[in-house]
Amino acid sequence: MREITLSQAVNEALAEEMRRDPTTFILGEDVAEAGTPFKVLSGLVEEFGTERVIDTPISEPGFVGLAVGAALTGARPIVDLMFGDFIYLVMDQLCNQAAKQQYMSGGKLSVPMVLRTNLGATRRSGAQHSQSLQVLVAHIPGLKVALPSSAYEAKGLMKTAIRDNNPVVIIEDKLMYQDKAPVPEEEYLIPFGEANIKREGSDITLIGTSSMVQVAEEAARILEAEGISAEVIDPRTIVPLDEDTLLKSVRKTSRAIVIDEGHQNYGITGEIASRLNEKAFYYLDAPVLRMGAMDVPVPFSPVLEDLTVPTPERVAENARRLCAGEMIHAA
Amino acid sequence: MTSKTKTKTKTNTSPNKHDYLRMYTQMVRIRTFEDNANQLYLAGKMQGLTHMYSGEEAVAVGICEALNDNDRITSTHRGHGHCVAKGANYKEMFCELLGKQEGYCRGKGGSMHIADQSHGNLGANAIVGGSMGIATGSALRAKLLGQDDVTVCFFGDGATAQGLLYEVMNMAALWNLPVIYACENNGYSEYTKTEEIAAGSITARAEAFGIEAFSIDGQDVLGVNELSRKLVARCRNGEGPFFVELMTYRYHGHHVGDINREYYRSKKEEADWKENRDPIIRFRGWLVEQGIATEEEIEALNEQIKQDAKEAVAYAEAAAYPDVAEVDMHVYAETDPATLQAGN
Ligand SMILES: Cc1ncc(C[n+]2csc(CCOP(=O)(O)OP(=O)(O)O)c2C)c(N)n1
Ligand SMILES: [Mg+2]
Repeated sequence: MREITLSQAVNEALAEEMRRDPTTFILGEDVAEAGTPFKVLSGLVEEFGTERVIDTPISEPGFVGLAVGAALTGARPIVDLMFGDFIYLVMDQLCNQAAKQQYMSGGKLSVPMVLRTNLGATRRSGAQHSQSLQVLVAHIPGLKVALPSSAYEAKGLMKTAIRDNNPVVIIEDKLMYQDKAPVPEEEYLIPFGEANIKREGSDITLIGTSSMVQVAEEAARILEAEGISAEVIDPRTIVPLDEDTLLKSVRKTSRAIVIDEGHQNYGITGEIASRLNEKAFYYLDAPVLRMGAMDVPVPFSPVLEDLTVPTPERVAENARRLCAGEMIHAA
Repeated sequence: MTSKTKTKTKTNTSPNKHDYLRMYTQMVRIRTFEDNANQLYLAGKMQGLTHMYSGEEAVAVGICEALNDNDRITSTHRGHGHCVAKGANYKEMFCELLGKQEGYCRGKGGSMHIADQSHGNLGANAIVGGSMGIATGSALRAKLLGQDDVTVCFFGDGATAQGLLYEVMNMAALWNLPVIYACENNGYSEYTKTEEIAAGSITARAEAFGIEAFSIDGQDVLGVNELSRKLVARCRNGEGPFFVELMTYRYHGHHVGDINREYYRSKKEEADWKENRDPIIRFRGWLVEQGIATEEEIEALNEQIKQDAKEAVAYAEAAAYPDVAEVDMHVYAETDPATLQAGN
């Protein structure tokens, strides 16, 4: 199968959906000629024109608000938020104005829009350009949240996000834009709420989101060499969450580590771990472990920044200790 | 001659020979700092990205030379110039750029958060427009506590699209706060021309709140300084806030990695600004013309600054990274338990 980058995969998904549905359009800063600073949207303006690939001023709450209004009245806007860190600026539009329309109207109104943005530290971008804030949106009923872990997921999830009738936040890892993966030429969509078992195993389940799937896979390889068999699962969407697949795996392996790049305190990892504890308690041989980013703002200095995110070595170390029956505290 | 800046407390009197030379020195220090930062990036010695201030020196220097150490500024993602102009040293700045422990922010901030807090720089900000509330709040504090310092809020033309600006200008005008909004209009917001993202006039936005607004040549350090001194004095006198739009130009790309940029900005336009409107060349010509310095003296000054930068870079390269134990230090400020006792 051909391999393309995550960036190309997103670009293809957008182009295909924009060809398919004339009510779709892209709104964001430097999305047209510049194709965004990450160049993910390069070429789209040539095909769809500045009517459908619209450069906005640096007015995040404003253009997210426009997207909500357009979605409410029959369009399918795709908003480009340059950095995930800017999600704080648009929280009211997203959480009060978009997320609740369906419910507040008793099912009469809907907001079919996509907000695509990014996450990820270790790019030396400082505390305001490195955060992984998926938990903020995952907390709000009415929003769906997808976290692609490779080019394949990025394309399939994006196409589903655009066709979904709800506000969907799709967060790509900005360090993965140039990473290649096999992506079929034929059209495909990845349904929301379907986890992907990346690797089967019997001793421990490693649940990773976004680029933490690669971290988990790398940890699994390290563990395999030591005779520990790790199962790796990518939930692909955290809202909705495919609990069944996760529970089935944990009931089989009896141990689990949940890995996400958001801060560990009150995080995605805590939510997933808690669901496993509640629903698979009698199957567990060890507490489900959370591994998130350290609970500090992301420091600039490379020597400090690298300490803040989960690594394959640290995941493997924790897995080893869990499998050895040590009741460890979260690392 | 050392490029280390001295503490300033008085700015009321009109500039003398010493002040003019200092303005020149500060502008060259900014340009030289940026040239070195760019080299560090290109040589792969500096990780991450950085936004160069080169070309805009007269704005930061003209304004900061009208301030004293008690006055505050808030800075932006393009903040090295403000940092130097407000009195920072090379050594701690280069250390910060390289993530070293002796940096102004102990390596935790990096290029986009670099600031010498001891000279009244409240910080650079990686969120466009992010400091508008902070600057206005600083001015509110001055007024409430009866302090006579002034706060200057630096931001770009692109940042005028942030709604926050209009909320805080309204309050600043209602309450006569001692704040000066300094809009550095360099014609671009990232890869987009200002006229494509800003409808109408920029100064009219401030005028709508009854704020006196000015639009001036940001490449003329004397003009910038003269207006700034007047407005600072009027702010101290309770006549604030003010708004100044400074027409300027950034010589490099939006950030150091923005190299092929002809799709949004022509080489001809860049050359025109560099050759015909450079703030340093213009001011240097004036200094010589006025007999304030000779060409030789200026050359010696430039050389000295280059040397200072070279030494500071070498120092920063050799300096230590922060101890790993620092990673979870400084998340929360300490509170003296005694103050938490009832009755205290
Ligand atoms: C809230 C927010 N939106 C977008 C960005 C990305 N960004 C960084 S600088 C910039 C352009 C800023 O333009 P301007 O205010 O004119 O300042 P200049 O870079 O020209 O100095 C943008 C869009 C950001 N850092 N913060
Ligand atoms: Mg600008």
